[in-house]
Amino acid sequence: MKVDALARVEGEGAMYVEIADGAVRDVQLQIYEPPRFFEAFLRGRAYTEPPDITARICGICPVAYQMSSARAIEDACGVTVDGPLRELRRLIYCGEWIESHTLHVAMLHAPDFLGYESAIDMAADHRPAVERSLRLKKAGNDIIDLVGGRAVHPVNVRVGGFYRVPTKRELRPLAETLREARDDAIETVQWVAGFEFPDFEHGHEYVALTHPEEYAVIDGRVQSDRGLDIDERDLLEHIEEEHVAHSTALHAHLLERAEYLVGPLARYSLNSTRLSPIAADAARSAGLGAECRNPFRSIVVRAVEVLHACEEALDIIEAYEPPDRPAVDIQPRAGVGRACTEAPRGLLYHRYELADDGSILDARIIPPTSQNQPTIEHDLWHFVEANLDLDEEALKLRSEQAIRNYDPCISCATHFLDLTVREVDQT
Amino acid sequence: MTSARPSLAVWKFSSCDGCQLTLLDCEDELLDVAGALDIAYFLEASRATVDGPYDLSLVEGSITTPDDVERIREVRRSSRRLVTIGACATSGGIQALRNFADVREFAAIVYAQPEFVVTLDTSTAIADHVPVDFELRGCPIDKFQLLDVISAYLLGREPNVPAHSVCVECKLRGNVCVTVAHGIPCLGPVTHAGCGALCPTYDRGCYGCFGPMESPNTASLTERLRELSMPDDDIVCMFRTFNAYAESFRRAGEDIAGRTSRATVPPYPARPEERHDAQASRESHDEGRRSGARGG
Repeated sequence: MKVDALARVEGEGAMYVEIADGAVRDVQLQIYEPPRFFEAFLRGRAYTEPPDITARICGICPVAYQMSSARAIEDACGVTVDGPLRELRRLIYCGEWIESHTLHVAMLHAPDFLGYESAIDMAADHRPAVERSLRLKKAGNDIIDLVGGRAVHPVNVRVGGFYRVPTKRELRPLAETLREARDDAIETVQWVAGFEFPDFEHGHEYVALTHPEEYAVIDGRVQSDRGLDIDERDLLEHIEEEHVAHSTALHAHLLERAEYLVGPLARYSLNSTRLSPIAADAARSAGLGAECRNPFRSIVVRAVEVLHACEEALDIIEAYEPPDRPAVDIQPRAGVGRACTEAPRGLLYHRYELADDGSILDARIIPPTSQNQPTIEHDLWHFVEANLDLDEEALKLRSEQAIRNYDPCISCATHFLDLTVREVDQT
Repeated sequence: MTSARPSLAVWKFSSCDGCQLTLLDCEDELLDVAGALDIAYFLEASRATVDGPYDLSLVEGSITTPDDVERIREVRRSSRRLVTIGACATSGGIQALRNFADVREFAAIVYAQPEFVVTLDTSTAIADHVPVDFELRGCPIDKFQLLDVISAYLLGREPNVPAHSVCVECKLRGNVCVTVAHGIPCLGPVTHAGCGALCPTYDRGCYGCFGPMESPNTASLTERLRELSMPDDDIVCMFRTFNAYAESFRRAGEDIAGRTSRATVPPYPARPEERHDAQASRESHDEGRRSGARGG
């Protein structure tokens, strides 16, 4: 059986499942998003350009690319950006989490649980929930708009900070929007917590950034629930990437370990004690424990992260004192810089090697979806195997849903979704 | 279900999804748009797909694979009116930087097994392959311009999308000129309006993400940038970002870089057999624009 294009994911891909004698023989998440060769054409460009250029890898999470690239180049130049500039970076990142997660929760994922083809069809019966979600998503975009200039590919982010920083007065109306958004986010957690979730758990190693005081977003150590604990700069040295024929995204594995998972489930499970107070309460009421191992419940975790991001953004705005200068001065120098940040879909690593004039000699980018791709294949294998009694159409729908659990961003990972389930006739 | 509403399809080629996301970012208007149009094909938003023909097709992304070349022809055949959205669809996008280099070399830099990668040597605009009824610019497009293009279609009028430069938008906003006042290099004088002069409003120079305006004087701007002591290599990079392969930006870069450097580009478009098609489509595209004909 065959579905020609997997819908409600960002980018384009295909899933191929082969079943013979009642057993799964092969699963491939095929990514056909045409390659765009960012790492190649970054060579020879100026050190100031990656935030604008790499933003174009993904229209849904451009801020993540801007933050990882800016921080990696600052690392190469021996500069750390902290204080109010770091806070403004966290603020715009909160905006992206709210916008991207709400898009996924309400418009891409919820229709699976409620039995609709799209959020627009869903709106016919659930108009208040869809309107609330659109309001919430808009609040996220309002943050990016104000701090970054526009919601998609913001113009105000640069290496060293920003071109122009907002005044306290400019941020004030945003606080009002966010107080309403916080209420919408609480209701969203309650809404999705009431969905029905298939009984399914996985045992993958969870990898995320951690920070002593924060639910880590912008920086921190890379840790796992099985003892991995490394400097964010050293991620590349701990993974290997493999190029397989069925994907223009590279598959990543942890060295001497196995596939691993990044993203909301991993972040939540490693950092749930650092959630903001209302988000922590909402998580408990929604029935989440200290960790979450059911990928279908990732929709609840995303909703909790949206609530957390609303509270965090409010705290940042309330404590905001404008910095003296919009950006730290950067003098380029020869060297290598590396950084990780938590994109909505998980850990995003950038590495740049600069010449002494600041031109880029080499660039490496590891997006979350290429790290998760082997894990998604693994989950799908087990999920299909456990549900072979379902009829064809139901199995197809459930399998698509199992993929959407990971909100795979195929544009980011370059890296198209169409689902083929092939029953091999052995006779 | 039968519907008297016109049908809308949204297509993706090589792109970042940002322009189609712009439709979903119309939070206040999305449900009204869905009420006025029958969303027949929009994979990013819906599993349900309806077969064509479609009354209005929005096309995001550029043509970079042999399969794309075939697919865009099918999309054109099944679309009464075809509007490209964004810099990728309109000029080839950032991925058109390959057009100035050797794509095999690019593939070898990124992939361990470059032979697995199926790609064309060039990234080209939709109008290089099929006739296009209207091109909406921007990286990303502006949501109010998108809503105007959709409203214009529903009302049977021309889209209200001015083709003047970003400079005019700065004047309208009352911005102080960043080049005159602060010596900041700015592509505003040669760049198509639509963003509302965003970058100068945020104290930086325009980086040309809406592509060339109607009649750009790139030679004059190049001289001004040289007066600001900007090295020629940097000026070439400035023209070669998200609309590098838009004709006037491409020529501006070539004029500076000369024909001897790495910046020497393949004939436009790269493949001789496509040249005839592309020219024909450019011509019919211009005609479509002039007459403002609503497809059908």
